[in-house]
Amino acid sequence: MPNPRRSLTLASLLLVAGALIAFFTGTRNPPPRRLVLATTTSVADSGLLSVLLPPFERARGLQVNVLAVGTGQALAVARRGDADVVLVHAPELEQEFLRGGYGTLRTCIASNTFAIAGPASDPAGIRGARDAASAFARIARGRALFVSRGDGSGTEIKERAIWRKAGLDPAGQAWYLASGAGMGTTLTLASEKQAYALTDTSTYLALEPRLRLALLYPPEGRVDPLLINQYAAIAVNPDRFPHVNFEDARALLAYLRSPAVQRTIGTYRLDRSPRPLFTPLRGRCLR
Amino acid sequence: MSEIVVRTLQVSITAVLLASALGIPLGTFLGMREFPAKRIVLTVLYTGMGLPPVVVGLVVYLLLSHQGPLGWLHWLFTPSAMVLAEMLLAVPLVAGVTMTAVSAVDRSIREAALMDGANWRQVGLILIREARFGVIVAIVAGFGRAISEVGAVLMVGGDIEGYTRVMTTAIVLETRKGNFELATALGLLLLGISFAVNLTLQLLQPGIHGGAP
Repeated sequence: MPNPRRSLTLASLLLVAGALIAFFTGTRNPPPRRLVLATTTSVADSGLLSVLLPPFERARGLQVNVLAVGTGQALAVARRGDADVVLVHAPELEQEFLRGGYGTLRTCIASNTFAIAGPASDPAGIRGARDAASAFARIARGRALFVSRGDGSGTEIKERAIWRKAGLDPAGQAWYLASGAGMGTTLTLASEKQAYALTDTSTYLALEPRLRLALLYPPEGRVDPLLINQYAAIAVNPDRFPHVNFEDARALLAYLRSPAVQRTIGTYRLDRSPRPLFTPLRGRCLR
Repeated sequence: MSEIVVRTLQVSITAVLLASALGIPLGTFLGMREFPAKRIVLTVLYTGMGLPPVVVGLVVYLLLSHQGPLGWLHWLFTPSAMVLAEMLLAVPLVAGVTMTAVSAVDRSIREAALMDGANWRQVGLILIREARFGVIVAIVAGFGRAISEVGAVLMVGGDIEGYTRVMTTAIVLETRKGNFELATALGLLLLGISFAVNLTLQLLQPGIHGGAP
């Protein structure tokens, strides 16, 4: 019989050695340089970044780590100095972020529009609404089910602004649900419950074949200024967080604003969708 | 997809090996020794076995965040952070199951060893050997907890494509995007891996058993 002590010591040594080897081979392959980009699920899920980022990564020899969270969370991560650059869509929160000294070089990259999706039968009759606020008012009057993101995302912030404009506070109403989840999950929930929801058009188009919903407002071809969805990139301020990768963040902003990339953004569309998802903004912010 | 599977295994195996290196000695100690505060230590351990992963995720996030005490490591949103979170979740489980197995070993073995002049470390090694099936169960349970973890690894790893995306977080992402087929395929694969690991260890057991004449 082998000495139990020796074989056990051997086993525990192997265990520790295995752990160290796995640890260093498994986790020690960070790229030469990383740039952490905190952005929204809507941008990440649209697939646009998978087109735009690889050439940038190759040109600069780095890896861009994309964190897909809500706008609120993306800014919160950056406020702790845990991201190098953010790409978000909530102008008021962005201004607050800049005023707090957390960010710099705000660059508006692209816009698309929000829309109100709902059951094709349109029980609240929002199709003919004058503007987004009156569409919301009709939903409230009809006590039609409405699913809110409820996750502090840019979309929810836009939604709350529209309720405010309509002079309504739907919180706590039985017909007003909060999913506490991303846009895709929220739309799926709205589809299951045959409810209304505010959505960015790119996520809606990406999910459209799986949803029993229709885009009800605004009508095709009309632009409601209240529903413009503007995406801005902001570098995390190196004066506040000296450790951030500011050089690469600045380069990424310049790259995203460059004419070639802006052209790519303006033509990017999903295979089955006839229209591009985004309108390039060439660095100029609408708000 | 294969890259996601490989990373999932790397992270969870590393985590469970580190958790075993900590949890097996701890569990053995608790299983064979009596001491005044043992009841409190056990209560903490049992709480740890049911530790909510999001709490671990939050704590590890705050520790590793740039403003946290371990911020200088720059581990946030890296696989190392995920290993740390999974390890913290697995340690109590490994220690708890090991403890149960070790304390179930017949007292006479411990007493005989002590009588022969063995020190506590040597007694511990003998008890681990006696309780090896239980210890293997402990490691498998820890692995199960690590590989199935979602909330904590999403918080501290960030689900970064090609870097910290693992099978569980990929399932969350694909479900969010409405790709239920891909999500289901990943789920089945995850189940398959768990099954294969458990099966391998089950098959190993008679081998270990037969090793001693």
